[in-house]
Amino acid sequence: MNLRRLIAIVVKELRQLRRDRLTFAMIVGIPTMQLLLFGYAINLDIRHLSAAVLDQAQTAQSREVVAQLQQTGVLDFSYRLRTTQEIDALLRAGKISAALVIPPDFERRIAVQDEPPLQIIVDGSDQVVQQAARQLGALPLTTLLAPLQATPVNNVEIVNFYNPERRAPVNTVPGLIGVILTMTMVLFTAMAIVRERERGNLEFLIATPLSPAELTIGKVLPFIAIGLIQVTVVLALGVLIFRVPINGSLLDVYAASFVFIIASLALGVFLSTLANTQFQSMQLAFFTFLPQILLSGFMFPFAGMPWPAQWLAEIFPMTHFVRLIRGIMLRAATLAELWPELAALGAFCVIVLTIAIARTRKRLD
Amino acid sequence: MPRTDTGNAIVARGLTRRFGNLVAVDHLDLTVERAQVYGFLGPNGSGKSTTIRMLCGLLLPSAGDIEVLGFKIPQQADELKRRIGYMTQKFSLYEDLTVTENLEFVAAVHELDRARAKARIGELVERYALRDLRGQLAGTLSGGEKQRLALAAAVLHEPELLLLDEPTSAVDPQSRREFWDSLFALVDAGTTILVSTHFMDEAERCHRLAILDHGHLVADGTPRELMDSLSGHVLVVASTDLRRARELLEKFPGVDACAQIGAHLRVLASDGAGVRERIGAHLREGGVEAKVETAAPNLEDVFVSVTRGRNEHAEKAA
Repeated sequence: MNLRRLIAIVVKELRQLRRDRLTFAMIVGIPTMQLLLFGYAINLDIRHLSAAVLDQAQTAQSREVVAQLQQTGVLDFSYRLRTTQEIDALLRAGKISAALVIPPDFERRIAVQDEPPLQIIVDGSDQVVQQAARQLGALPLTTLLAPLQATPVNNVEIVNFYNPERRAPVNTVPGLIGVILTMTMVLFTAMAIVRERERGNLEFLIATPLSPAELTIGKVLPFIAIGLIQVTVVLALGVLIFRVPINGSLLDVYAASFVFIIASLALGVFLSTLANTQFQSMQLAFFTFLPQILLSGFMFPFAGMPWPAQWLAEIFPMTHFVRLIRGIMLRAATLAELWPELAALGAFCVIVLTIAIARTRKRLD
Repeated sequence: MPRTDTGNAIVARGLTRRFGNLVAVDHLDLTVERAQVYGFLGPNGSGKSTTIRMLCGLLLPSAGDIEVLGFKIPQQADELKRRIGYMTQKFSLYEDLTVTENLEFVAAVHELDRARAKARIGELVERYALRDLRGQLAGTLSGGEKQRLALAAAVLHEPELLLLDEPTSAVDPQSRREFWDSLFALVDAGTTILVSTHFMDEAERCHRLAILDHGHLVADGTPRELMDSLSGHVLVVASTDLRRARELLEKFPGVDACAQIGAHLRVLASDGAGVRERIGAHLREGGVEAKVETAAPNLEDVFVSVTRGRNEHAEKAA
């Protein structure tokens, strides 16, 4: 490792980057765009689902239940029906997402408690709707019906700890740092290294005393700085626009991000050893990108996944980073408390970088 | 491993490289003396680039021994890399860096200290007429300018051996002449140059020449020696009916090749003694009025002669 050569690579890389306007714009553009997209568009709080009601009981109590459900704002009863066949037709046509059915013996069922007194039929083709309606079915009915019941059943009170208002951005923004870093760091490094090969520069470089480690490290160093800039952009916008709290230490946030950036760069370097063209490296980057986002716990709850998916997810750096960053930013955890995640990231870096450097060829064949 | 200095810049024995079933270089023996321009002449796919890449340790040979500047290759390739300059067929510096930035980068890669790098870059931009282009991005240079920049980058660290892989393929004739002048200036300063080309005029300028065909070394020597070996074998036929004359000659035993050059046929005969008279008689018998004269062989004749012999041999074997 020769410092003069290493600096030469870094300087060259920065000079090239300065002239590559597209990449330069992506460094700030990707985090901003994604933050706004995820922050505003992806909102898992379901409201005003179009719904129908089939009230076969037609009693004062049944009308009271319908009115109260309407008030929750989750369901909009835009259809009042007379037969069950109508529900089927409306659901299939996509005009409603849910239907409330109150059976003729509604009051008897409440009294005897042998069968559920209410039924909500849900459009199961939309998972999010299904989930929302299920919660609706489970929660409010006990409270709604409590006055009617002879012996009240257990009223479950849900207390929301770290995100009391249940605002989606609070959950998404920390994970989004992971998404953005995964996307840009892996892609940029994989492409930057393969570019040397594709453009023929490597043929010149390998006839010089430059070592593969010097080339790789020199090319990757600027991206660490770029990654940290991106973290700053997301944090700043998250705090300013979406009022996302940073409950833990800011230093811990950056420390965790730093280790994650190294892990992503390591993955990018590894991918670059598999690809011959920039296009191939882009495909490979996306190939690792999707499972990381889907399985990391950023989009779907980790606990709900089958064990092979969980096992796979444990390999991905993003899984550990999502746990780290949510822990630090939302639960005010310290890095010391989250050491197993940090250790997993560290192990990933060491293993993947070792393989990558071993695979980097100093010859053309 | 110690460096053994035999006085020769390059010695290769039995050099072979296979790519799958293709034998790109087949048992090549090569000796290149110091402070010479040694040329590789051959058509595309003859193994020129593969040989050069093996000689500088970029490709592993499938078999054979190589010694370059006294270093065993590929074992001592790292030591060798400090002493060679390599200019690739395709421009391989950074198109999105300026002339100066490219040279600064190469200087740093070769560990020239900053003062030395600055002096050397100043010297080279002057020598290779790059002074006015210093701030220009390499990607916007013309073919000849790119080539001068590539040469400046290849000689920046004053290598003992310069390997040039078809350096003039994208360059106009004037730039080519200037380029060769600069090569001889380097040789005068003691540099050994190995250059591959498919231009006959360039090959003729080399001190020594190896002709490669399908991975085989089919001839080597000084251009003069190679041309003299064909003395008496090259004939020029002038006739009013060149088409008919050519038809007659192509089937005539002892005629290896026949090509129209302007208003003449250039004939390469394998059997020198009395061939001029026999060909003249044959044409007359065929009813063609023709004047047959011997001509001084040129390198193209040598090239056609040696590559043709091999190809026929290969066809018979197949």
